[in-house]
Amino acid sequence: MALLEVDDLHIEARSEQGEVLPIVKGVSFEVQRGEVMALIGESGSGKTTIALSSLGYTKPGLEFAGGEVRLDGRDVITMPSLERRDMRGRKVAYLAQSAAATFNPALTIGEQVTESAVLHGILNQEEANRRAEELYRTLELPDPDRLGRRYPHQVSGGQLQRLMAAMALCGKPDLLVLDEPTTALDVTTQIEVLKAFKRVIKEEGSAAIYVTHDLSVVAQIADHIVVLYAGEVQEMGTADDVISRPTHDYTRRLMAAVRPPPAAGQGDAASEEHLRDSPALETRKVNAGYGRKLDGSVAMKVLFDIDVSIERGQVVGVIGESGCGKSTLARVMAGLTPAFAGDVLLDGSRLAASVPERERDELRKVQFVFQMADTALNPKQRIDEIIGRPIEFYLGLKGEAKRKRVLDLLDMVELPYEFAGRYPEELSGGQKQRVNLARALAADPEVLLCDEVTSALDTIVGANVIQLLRSLKDRTGVSFVFISHDLSTVASFADEIVVLYAGRVVEKGPVDEVLSPPFHPYTRLLISSVPELRVGWMEEMLATSTAQAGIDRVVQITEVGCPYYDRCPLAVPGTCNEHTAPERRIAERHFIECHREIEELVRFSHN
Amino acid sequence: MMFRMIMRRLGIGVVTLWVVSLLMFAGTEILPGDVAEIMLGQEATPESLAALRGKLGLDKPAALRYLEWLGDMATFDLGLSLAGHSGTGGGGATIEVLIGARLQNTLLLSSIVAAISVPLSVTLGLLAAMFPTSLYDRTVTFTTLCLVAVPEFFIATMLVLILAVQLQWLPSIATMTDFESVWDMLRSLSLPILTLCFVLLAQMSRMTRAAVLNVMSSPYIEMAILKGVPRRRIILRHALFNAIGPIVNIIALNLAYLVSGVVIVEVIFAFPGLAKLMVDGVQVRDMPLVQACGMIFCATYVVLILISDIASIVSNPRLRHPK
Repeated sequence: MALLEVDDLHIEARSEQGEVLPIVKGVSFEVQRGEVMALIGESGSGKTTIALSSLGYTKPGLEFAGGEVRLDGRDVITMPSLERRDMRGRKVAYLAQSAAATFNPALTIGEQVTESAVLHGILNQEEANRRAEELYRTLELPDPDRLGRRYPHQVSGGQLQRLMAAMALCGKPDLLVLDEPTTALDVTTQIEVLKAFKRVIKEEGSAAIYVTHDLSVVAQIADHIVVLYAGEVQEMGTADDVISRPTHDYTRRLMAAVRPPPAAGQGDAASEEHLRDSPALETRKVNAGYGRKLDGSVAMKVLFDIDVSIERGQVVGVIGESGCGKSTLARVMAGLTPAFAGDVLLDGSRLAASVPERERDELRKVQFVFQMADTALNPKQRIDEIIGRPIEFYLGLKGEAKRKRVLDLLDMVELPYEFAGRYPEELSGGQKQRVNLARALAADPEVLLCDEVTSALDTIVGANVIQLLRSLKDRTGVSFVFISHDLSTVASFADEIVVLYAGRVVEKGPVDEVLSPPFHPYTRLLISSVPELRVGWMEEMLATSTAQAGIDRVVQITEVGCPYYDRCPLAVPGTCNEHTAPERRIAERHFIECHREIEELVRFSHN
Repeated sequence: MMFRMIMRRLGIGVVTLWVVSLLMFAGTEILPGDVAEIMLGQEATPESLAALRGKLGLDKPAALRYLEWLGDMATFDLGLSLAGHSGTGGGGATIEVLIGARLQNTLLLSSIVAAISVPLSVTLGLLAAMFPTSLYDRTVTFTTLCLVAVPEFFIATMLVLILAVQLQWLPSIATMTDFESVWDMLRSLSLPILTLCFVLLAQMSRMTRAAVLNVMSSPYIEMAILKGVPRRRIILRHALFNAIGPIVNIIALNLAYLVSGVVIVEVIFAFPGLAKLMVDGVQVRDMPLVQACGMIFCATYVVLILISDIASIVSNPRLRHPK
């Protein structure tokens, strides 16, 4: 008998008006002991809802409407609530997408990791503590004997994600439910977490349901795949079969939306037509940080001597892991975080450091598009108010003229006119992001600062937003600073790339040149960390010298030497850790900051 | 970091008190008439007024009188009442004596009310949050909303009308003299206690419910459910810990209200408390007395808010355990 049998499962949503909306429409599949089953599909496919049903749980507003979910032959939907509570955490454990939100900030990590095992009487507190420590070791977490006494805010995001695995595994459950556990992570952390998960699942011999929209991730970890669309199973089979020989149209479409690994030649040829003498936006020797002191310096420096220029009508992609200063750079450009040294230039003229000191017209020209449309849009305002406000504020339009401009903008971001009267909560994630863009475009800006605007969206929706950005660029000639940890997206959309590491520009240049040898060692790590859509890729990648030196290490900001020193396979002790790396000019606009000679970098990039 | 934040709050508390003393002094200066006019009444001639002012020190410049007063306050020397208390006639009783007994009464009344209402309202609020939209929750919500909406003088009057006048169960006046037993005292105070409890209970249980429910919708609570944690433990361990900050805040605000905002209740029940003393002091323009009462109210307020601030700092693990 299979460990979990999902049999003709139906789940419905009931709206406040009493309308019934089917979410899951008769899904059946089985999970065998010790096997990893992937549920893949885009948002709205019902994959999370199905995964949660194995715990006998539905999100508020949803309800079971038919079928059975049998765990060891017992239907978890109809079992008495006491028995269900006992089953949760003991037999089935859940790992959520965002560990940062899933850990209780007021309790220690140790208490939360061991809680379930102790409550269910599987282990006593002492045994559970020992087991937790073993798991920390297996998951390669730092300082395992003292980790339990720390609080969630004291460890990094990638570590929390692995700690959630420890929390799930502590009570030795038969089945793990992993809900997009790596989606919010940057490429290198994603590999670390995937590696740890794969190892621990194998060692513990537990079965797992792995929910994701990312086929490349699935290829690394799953034995079987179920492809879902709109609450129905489209295709299922072994991972190898589904990936190598997809039979269903929808699976093929999903695979087509998987972007190829970043490489030269994917972007558009840079057009020269908008080029003028001065760049649209430029930073010169910008230094910034947080915790301003009285003398103007900062307690924590985040950016060091940043020189970046954004040519008119071009897209500059900024890449780097979390904590490298990408968002801070955008905030400095927008004036939200004033630089304490260095200049920001707009059209060749110096901008004041902070928003209150800038002229209204200068503010108009540089607009920010925030990552989370959910929090950036005021939920109490209608879409036409959200878009209308900057039109009135910056352009002084009112009444009919303003209304017409709102509709034009909706048209521009490819949303129907009737959205003007709706509220943000009535829109999907992708639609909200379009409104977010329209709001920024309403000011008729010259530079758009896009901070991870596609990161919260799934593959197909994200690809559509990029398509929109591209057409906006062509039509309006606006320049973009495009921040993303997703290299494939940057490779296909940007004209130039800036690679940030620990607050320094380590490499910059035209996309095709940055993505082809010679590489800065850090650029190489980023590129090689992007998962490829084939089984066995991860093991090969982890064996390379780049991964051996660079994976499982955190970004550390240093004042002296090259910050990448402790992760670099080419590091030269005595030089790299003591002197700031020189800027080497590879081509007209292509620079690498590294102590190694260009020839050495070329040789390294080819082996 | 936590220590620094607490020291900062303490500093802010002292500054607040100082600003309040300025306002208080300025406020009483602006009031028309002074104690000399009230004391001499109809017979006042300009000469006798000037003489009395000179005797009372009212002819000195305001800034000087402020500094003297501030110095006295800081050393807990509350000085002499200019008018004496109504009924004792003449000036000269020390304010300490006047206030002492009254403050005791007010503190007694407040602590009984606090001892009843705080645990009761937190429990009511918690239970309501534990079973949202249940019949119990709806009953509590309905009742508390009704009580919040009704002003306390109305509640007090209704209680007197029903319990004292109609049913004649309880005395309508809360005196504080010659009790034979604790029971006697409680009986005498029961109407003001009831009135104040109603007002506080409603607010505090509403806010406790809201604070806990707010936490209950967080992802970590869903995670606790999916770990098979029993509901009781989810509320008491996972949710309450995160709601302590806001709950303590509400409690502190309400208790501060108790000490200073009970004027109406004290007047209605003729309760010999501090607030009533202050009202009487205003009537006879006894500025030192009014100022002293005002400072006590403000100091209580500041101290309680300080306590709640410190409680929320200490209950925040990010501040307790920095990176």
